[in-house]
Amino acid sequence: MQILNKGTYLDLMGKRQLAIYFSSALLLIAIGAIIARGLNLGIDFTGGTLVEVKYPEAIELAVVREALDKDGFSEAVVQHFGTPQEVLVRLAPQEGMESAELSDRAFRAMQGITSEAELRRVEFVGPQVGEELTEKGGLAMLYALIGILIYVGLRFEYRFAVGSVIALIHDVLITVGFFALFHVEFDLPVLAAVLAVIGYSLNDTIVVFDRIRENFRKMRKGETVEIINTSVNQTLSRTLITSGTTLLVLIALFLFGGEIIHGFALALIVGVVIGTYSSIYVASSSVISMGVSRADLMPVKKDDEVVDETP
Amino acid sequence: MVLVVVLLGALYALPNLFGQDPSMEISATRDAVVDQTTQSRIEQALQQLGISAKGMEMQQKKLLVRFNSSEDQLKAMDHIAAALGEDYTPALTLAPDLPDWLIGLGAEPMYLGLDLRGGIHVLIDVDMESAITQAAERYSSDIRTLLREEKLRYVRISREGEQVVVKFNTAEKRDQAIELIGNEFRNLNVQDVDQEEAFLVEVSLSPAEKQEVQRFALQQNITTLRNRVNALGISEPSIQQQGVRRIVVQLPGAQDPGKVKEILGATATLEYRLADTEHSVEDAVNGRVPPGASLYYERDGRPVLLKKRVIVTGNQIVDASSGLDQQTGSPAVFVSLDGVGAKRMRRMTNENVGRPMAVVFIENRTTTRMVDGKAVKVKRKVEEVISIATIREPFGRRFQTTGLDTTEEARDLALLLRAGALAAPIEIVEERTIGPSLGQDSIDQGFASVMIGLAMVMVFMAVYYRVFGLVADMALVMNLVLIVAILSMLQATLTLPGIAGIVLTVGMAVDANVLIFQRIREEIANGNSPQASIQAGYEKAFSTIIDANITTLIAAVVLFSFGTGPIKGFAVTLAIGILTSMFTAIIGTRAVINWIYGRKRVQSLAI
Repeated sequence: MQILNKGTYLDLMGKRQLAIYFSSALLLIAIGAIIARGLNLGIDFTGGTLVEVKYPEAIELAVVREALDKDGFSEAVVQHFGTPQEVLVRLAPQEGMESAELSDRAFRAMQGITSEAELRRVEFVGPQVGEELTEKGGLAMLYALIGILIYVGLRFEYRFAVGSVIALIHDVLITVGFFALFHVEFDLPVLAAVLAVIGYSLNDTIVVFDRIRENFRKMRKGETVEIINTSVNQTLSRTLITSGTTLLVLIALFLFGGEIIHGFALALIVGVVIGTYSSIYVASSSVISMGVSRADLMPVKKDDEVVDETP
Repeated sequence: MVLVVVLLGALYALPNLFGQDPSMEISATRDAVVDQTTQSRIEQALQQLGISAKGMEMQQKKLLVRFNSSEDQLKAMDHIAAALGEDYTPALTLAPDLPDWLIGLGAEPMYLGLDLRGGIHVLIDVDMESAITQAAERYSSDIRTLLREEKLRYVRISREGEQVVVKFNTAEKRDQAIELIGNEFRNLNVQDVDQEEAFLVEVSLSPAEKQEVQRFALQQNITTLRNRVNALGISEPSIQQQGVRRIVVQLPGAQDPGKVKEILGATATLEYRLADTEHSVEDAVNGRVPPGASLYYERDGRPVLLKKRVIVTGNQIVDASSGLDQQTGSPAVFVSLDGVGAKRMRRMTNENVGRPMAVVFIENRTTTRMVDGKAVKVKRKVEEVISIATIREPFGRRFQTTGLDTTEEARDLALLLRAGALAAPIEIVEERTIGPSLGQDSIDQGFASVMIGLAMVMVFMAVYYRVFGLVADMALVMNLVLIVAILSMLQATLTLPGIAGIVLTVGMAVDANVLIFQRIREEIANGNSPQASIQAGYEKAFSTIIDANITTLIAAVVLFSFGTGPIKGFAVTLAIGILTSMFTAIIGTRAVINWIYGRKRVQSLAI
């Protein structure tokens, strides 16, 4: 069985102008969403308290809200979590309330409805811990990008490194933008997923670059664009198949992995789709724009070829 | 070699198939022993509940009771606790159900993280600023003693922030003092500051000394926390330092976060004081507190008037333990004092036999509150009279306090007392509690998604690449077995994100095979012979696979170094998955494909 016919040759790079518009539009929406709507950061980053309680039967949120209201938790955000039996309560750090004790009091209030309420989960993150985590998360992202930049720079050529990092930033921004746009909660597992997207998207990009390098060395004639286009075409089935199998398992994870892992799976799904697209278009187009030529990838590298151009 | 790795992997992954029994570990506190009688008492208790245990085993000083389901386990918990009384501590745990020969091999199932087995994770912050000021406070009193002994007259000694400031009225005395202090305390920085009419010496802790104070504060808190946690009856508690000022406490199977936090988060001390029986308590409640006395309240809210003078404080307590009073059989706390405390106690009790003496329990809680959107640390002192007892006879170094309602209360109190005065106040800055049912749900859901994902990928590969696809499927299953085996061997913690990492690996592991197979197809399309195509396919795809995987590994390593608990789990499984998938997808499939196609002349490949 084949997804693409053996002779398939699509003029992918010829449409790269279109891809640039498309990517720019996506990026604009993503950045706009991040700025205008902001990320719906989870308590891992903001600090706060989260209590998940399971009732023996389906319960109305209003009942829970009322019970919490009576105990002074009027600010609590109450929602169902997964099933109508489960209720998730978020408590912001409250003025003049003892943060570490908040969860116990809230649970007691919720237990007041029926003593059979079962405590499923409590998460309390102090404000300072949240701040540190945000900082560390940002740094982690930066380190990952730098590490990759160095590795790809060493293995290929600096323009390829820059191209792959452009693709990565593109993917990360759009994935994060997706979370901002749809106001999906951005918590620690989602951040981990975004870092995994970096790894995944790069994986794809590297495979394409590898083929480009090989073809530059092998195909003595042909324009740069043409060679890159051939390379992308040759790796296209592989890119689609691997993304497909990854998406299969991610959808399984999204559907069956439980509510807690939802955001994580979603981030990866978005990231893999975007990453697949970007490894075909963004990374290669960036490399073309930076004017890579055959000479740059020949085993003996010529130093006078280095031209500093920005994409 | 492939065969050896597969067999070894299968062997060490095997324990995970046996599953773990929800169990209860029963250990004795202090005087009691776990023996056959205990076992029959538990059997009786379970019979009453209509639950049958799956098995019971005696381990070193502990009894392990296995249950058929976690519902049984939870139901039995309270009942067994009640039936055994206060001398025993039951703790929930998971016990692997392994045949002996596997145990003999040292094979164990994967270690489940708190998010899968249920339990409480607490991150504690040690207030290092306080530790430093406390140290400065100590030095200021040492300096005072030193100057007095040397008959060097000073105007005033005070602690200002992290510094001790001594004021003299002549420059000569000041210089003498600088030399004296400098010689006596080598770990302090001494500096002179001249102001109008005043000659000051500023003493501060040297950077090395500060570090030492902080290290000690952390260590002491860890020790204290360990003592407290041990008494909570948790089967595998873990207390670890994180960074320079944080402590992570992990309590698998712990159920009651309120109680845990109460015990972990408080710093407690005691003051023994005489009760003021000469004045009226009513008057004091109405605002007329007699001089030399202060008004306190008991736990039930009754007012008590106590003399202001403190006989003994918590600092002077060397040890405290709980037990039963030999005469009355009621719960009691046995306290031992240090030399100074014992001397004072002896003198006071000598003079006051027949009079009531009270114990004031002082709890220092530090919490963070939000004030105007900013986190502000608030220290709160909670003072309570926890017992009033009549002094029956003069006592000294060792004595007992009775009047506690339950053994549990006595145990909690003794525990807090033993901690004595902590080096630095602590605050809980993060808590994650996972109920046992949620943990089990997560395991089930995680397992389901691994299986469904695996099945879908396998079907796809088989359809798309036929025989080669089936070989890749074998590699995929083997990869999964190897991941589980390595996780079990390393006893790395498996978390929910870790399971997600495995799922992701399943999807990505076929990538190497896809790369290889696509190459083989290309080679065949170019008109090469099947054997040569296989050869070239593997060779050409190799460097691509390495490059692609190393970059993903970089991301995994960054994740690992940055992440906490669950995220680390994700990074670990991802990294292990990448490594094992390279092995199975390249070496593993090659071996099988050579075995299928290698020996005969092949006309076409089923790819």
